[in-house]
Amino acid sequence: MATEVHGNEAVVSEGEGVRRRDFINIAAVSFAGVGAVAVVLPLVNQMNPSADVLAASTTEVDLSAIAEGQAIKAVFRSQPLFVRHLTAKEIAEADAVDPASLRDPQTLEERVVDGKKQWLITMGVCTHLGCVPLGAGEGENRGEFGGYFCPCHGSHYDTAARIRKGPAPKNLLVPAYKFTSDTAVLVG
Amino acid sequence: MSFPWAEHYTPKHPLMKWVDEKLPLPRFVYNAVGGGYEVPRNLNYFWNFGVLAGMALTVQLITGIILAMHYAANAGVAFDSVEHIMRDVNSGWMLRYAHANGASLFFIVVYIHIFRGLFYGSYKAPREMVWLLGVVIFLLMMATAFMGYVLPWGQMSFWGAQVITGLFEAIPVVGTPIKTWLLGGFAPGNASLNRFFSLHYLLPFVIAGVIILHIWALHIPGSSNPTGVEVKGPQDTVPFHPYYTAKDGFGVGVFAIVFALLVFFGPNLLGHPDNYIAANPMSTPAHIVPEWYFWPFYAILRAFTMDLTIPFTGIVLIPAKLLGVLAMFASILLLLVLPWIDTSPVRSGTYRPLFKKFFALLVVDVFVLGYCGGAPAEEPYVMISQIAAAYYFAHFLIILPIIASIERPLPLPGSITEAVLAKSKHKGEGEALPGMGSDLQPTGHA
Repeated sequence: MATEVHGNEAVVSEGEGVRRRDFINIAAVSFAGVGAVAVVLPLVNQMNPSADVLAASTTEVDLSAIAEGQAIKAVFRSQPLFVRHLTAKEIAEADAVDPASLRDPQTLEERVVDGKKQWLITMGVCTHLGCVPLGAGEGENRGEFGGYFCPCHGSHYDTAARIRKGPAPKNLLVPAYKFTSDTAVLVG
Repeated sequence: MSFPWAEHYTPKHPLMKWVDEKLPLPRFVYNAVGGGYEVPRNLNYFWNFGVLAGMALTVQLITGIILAMHYAANAGVAFDSVEHIMRDVNSGWMLRYAHANGASLFFIVVYIHIFRGLFYGSYKAPREMVWLLGVVIFLLMMATAFMGYVLPWGQMSFWGAQVITGLFEAIPVVGTPIKTWLLGGFAPGNASLNRFFSLHYLLPFVIAGVIILHIWALHIPGSSNPTGVEVKGPQDTVPFHPYYTAKDGFGVGVFAIVFALLVFFGPNLLGHPDNYIAANPMSTPAHIVPEWYFWPFYAILRAFTMDLTIPFTGIVLIPAKLLGVLAMFASILLLLVLPWIDTSPVRSGTYRPLFKKFFALLVVDVFVLGYCGGAPAEEPYVMISQIAAAYYFAHFLIILPIIASIERPLPLPGSITEAVLAKSKHKGEGEALPGMGSDLQPTGHA
């Protein structure tokens, strides 16, 4: 009993300072921790898109065949891309809306290229949960605001592809693109 | 741990004695599901569903391992390889239908198992750990089922993957990188299909591991029972084998009949025709829904159609989409704190008159949510989902604590044996057992 108490006291008094063994423990565990992180990083990163997926990342679209009021679906990064030739009436409808009243406030000008206001190019991916909205194909339901309508959870987009009603939080995404001629765009 | 009066394992055959000395595995099994595990004598048929869930997992493992021998996890050929299984592989159609419907049956028995626990208060001390591990198993099952449904690479598979991984996009700032990381691309593709297959093969074994922990944790206090009164002596229990192996055997027979009816007479009853169309990234099916077992949660997800804003300023605190996702996850994670929300000391719903009524309402509520989750996203279903989702959370967060504080429970029986004998007396069998009753009465009150 007495020796035990004595032993405990010895440990407590040594505990006041840093022992050589504490240093070795911390150094060893830290070193192993750094090693573990170095091993985990590639194991996590392998899940990200591979080089071949990233390589297929631009799309060229020919606009010459798209009549006014018509829209087409193209493929960009293996997702649908909506290219729409707006009518004067649709442009007027989009401009008539006060942007401040929108969930994701944007004007039509901010969503198209200067001087090419009739060409609305957006992703065909609903910003809610990623379904393809209707409205780009012939005779499809364009929703209450004449733009696009997502059948999955009932999101309505207007003629500038801005979210107007339903659960989607954002306007349809406008990808980076540029006009390579009057009738051709390069997306991506 | 077991009760002190439990039988000890005594190997009869010299070979078993030899094995037991080197590796006490037979002893372990005997004490877990054999004559060495003492179980309350009054379990009703709702106590069959744990064993049935174990059986459903076994069916899924066996059929799944065989299907993997014929399936090809490549976006180019996955759909065709499933059709190859259906048409060309010997008995392939049966194996695939058994696997698809086996998943549905697995969820049916697990849902009954969960509601059994909710009614009889199986989540209460000292069995909280059993309940927590059960919730973990349920989450793993949901992940496994989701990834399995993607593998046939039909329209519902593809768009299910799109929608479910889209949930993660709701997370601010890091959402889109997380979605891309999960899918290995900007949309579901070959990389997604391959990793889902790998994980779909792995997770059932993880589930099996957590089930072992679930049973281990259960066997420390021992099984609960319909009265919720703890075991007080040897007269309250019977050995698991042969009493409950026989009773569970009957349940397994009924399960097998239902399973056979589904597989042979209604194999596509619970499926969606759209999944027999190959995945098309350019076109979403008109009516996209998950499998039926996710419907209640899907309804909660869709119930949130308005942003949470600071009133009169229009500043959005949490967008509707994130609210829906948070609520859906919360509806399950809520179960993790249930043992501490329900503070009533009485375990079994049988003796809780007020709780019993609200429990029935909860069951109805979950069915309503399920119906709305399978219905199109339009009125009146959206509004009904909103009311039902609100009630679901209110049941756990508001109603349960209130009931616990105001309810006057019915008098509890002194022991399991007392409850059993009182029941048989009601049936007029009491006369036949006077000696037995008087024998046991003193221990019952002890």
